Amino acid sequence: MTASLLPGFDFAPWQLSGAVYGTLLNDPAALAAIGDAAHAAPYKTPPRAPVMYIKPRNTLSGDGAATGVPPDAPSLEIAASLGIVIGRATCRVRAQDAMTHVAGWTLVADLSVPHDSYYRPSVRLKALDGSCLLGPRVVPLAQLPDPDALTLTLAVSGAATHAISTAGMQRGVAQLLQDVSAFMTLSAGDILMLGVKAGTPRARIGDRFSIACAQIGTLHGHLVAETAQESA
Amino acid sequence: MKTARVAYAGAIHEAYPHAQGLQLADGRVLREQDVVWLVPFAVGTIIALGLNYADHVKELGKELTVKANDEPLVFLKGPGSLLGHRGMTRRPKDVSFMHYECELAVVIGASARNVKPADAMRHVAGYTVCNDYAIRDYLENWYRPNLRVKNRDGATVLGPWFVDAADVPDPHRLTLRTLVNGMPTQSGNTANMVNDIPALIAYLSSFMTLQAGDVILTGTPDGVVNVNVGDEVVTEIDGIGRLVNTIIGDDAFGI
Repeated sequence: MTASLLPGFDFAPWQLSGAVYGTLLNDPAALAAIGDAAHAAPYKTPPRAPVMYIKPRNTLSGDGAATGVPPDAPSLEIAASLGIVIGRATCRVRAQDAMTHVAGWTLVADLSVPHDSYYRPSVRLKALDGSCLLGPRVVPLAQLPDPDALTLTLAVSGAATHAISTAGMQRGVAQLLQDVSAFMTLSAGDILMLGVKAGTPRARIGDRFSIACAQIGTLHGHLVAETAQESA
Repeated sequence: MKTARVAYAGAIHEAYPHAQGLQLADGRVLREQDVVWLVPFAVGTIIALGLNYADHVKELGKELTVKANDEPLVFLKGPGSLLGHRGMTRRPKDVSFMHYECELAVVIGASARNVKPADAMRHVAGYTVCNDYAIRDYLENWYRPNLRVKNRDGATVLGPWFVDAADVPDPHRLTLRTLVNGMPTQSGNTANMVNDIPALIAYLSSFMTLQAGDVILTGTPDGVVNVNVGDEVVTEIDGIGRLVNTIIGDDAFGI
């Protein structure tokens, strides 16, 4: 369905399914930043299962795309994650077997309207049209067997770059696949985000951003004023 | 018109209601139990409403606080959770509260962005019945309702029929009910939605483009009870369909 987003997808499973799942608070520093509040209302206890969300198909976009900023949002958060591209049905896998279910890797730029609460944020904050950029290609697992020691460099125009390591996550790729597939089956072509590091930068209308990873490539995006058409 | 998608004798078919069960587009007449019922349309984004019936809000009142004038409580579900009529949904053996939710599913037929409520119904292609399962044991207060509660395999049951919007003159006056092993456990009427269908389409299209095949699960009235392995759960909406699901245990999955 969205194969055209990633032209570099010339190996099994050949195309993406369009299902994209995000992971939150996988960086121990992000949970630490919440501090004691994680034990207080409304959360009561820190999360046990992976904290996840869904990026619906209206959000999906490719390298170089423009994302519209809604009139009521002064800026958008730009989150950079490794995208785990699933190669075959992944149901209740053990971490030690998980990599055999991976097709490869891509980059994900996940844009959100900034919000502080993790309790029950409105889906509107994460489901903006064009707010999930994928690409620039999928690198097959065979070319990149170790996903847990990559550096992603996020640059937003006019600001310092952020070096983001895939290392040091609460759940690395294999453990995340074990814990997610314990309660839901992932299918060939689905993308699961490993998660972002604490300290996500923000960007405004006119800003350009890029996520670069030496082994995968560079994913570019920029923000424009939202110009959604009305449909009668 | 009502249509279904079924698997039969090595192919996937469009099918129609028939006095003896169903009729395939190629003319064959079959009994309901002779085919595998698939979800009756190509599903895009699955958009679900929490607490969209006033009585259900009251039912869960101790646990939740939501007012009619709040932003609609929307969550998304993934395609891996989809299941057709007469399917089987797993109940893990370690849980104490797994419940169904009978809901009117509204299928989008034409792209919608910034649609006004007065124009919204033009974007509806049709309707089907949804049973939107939840396992409350897994509820956590991080991005509620968390995917482990709602986005489970077989937890979004849709069907049996896709019913053209033209055949449903008033979708806000439909009786919903659930029967567990033949005993009524839940009943309500779509007239009691907190946010009605035009309001939901207007709200959703204010920030996202709805596309043909996207489906809005419009919430459930009160009367959700625990279901157990072996239970037959029938979620039914007058004029739309009677959706059957069976709860099965871990054994079949080798767990």
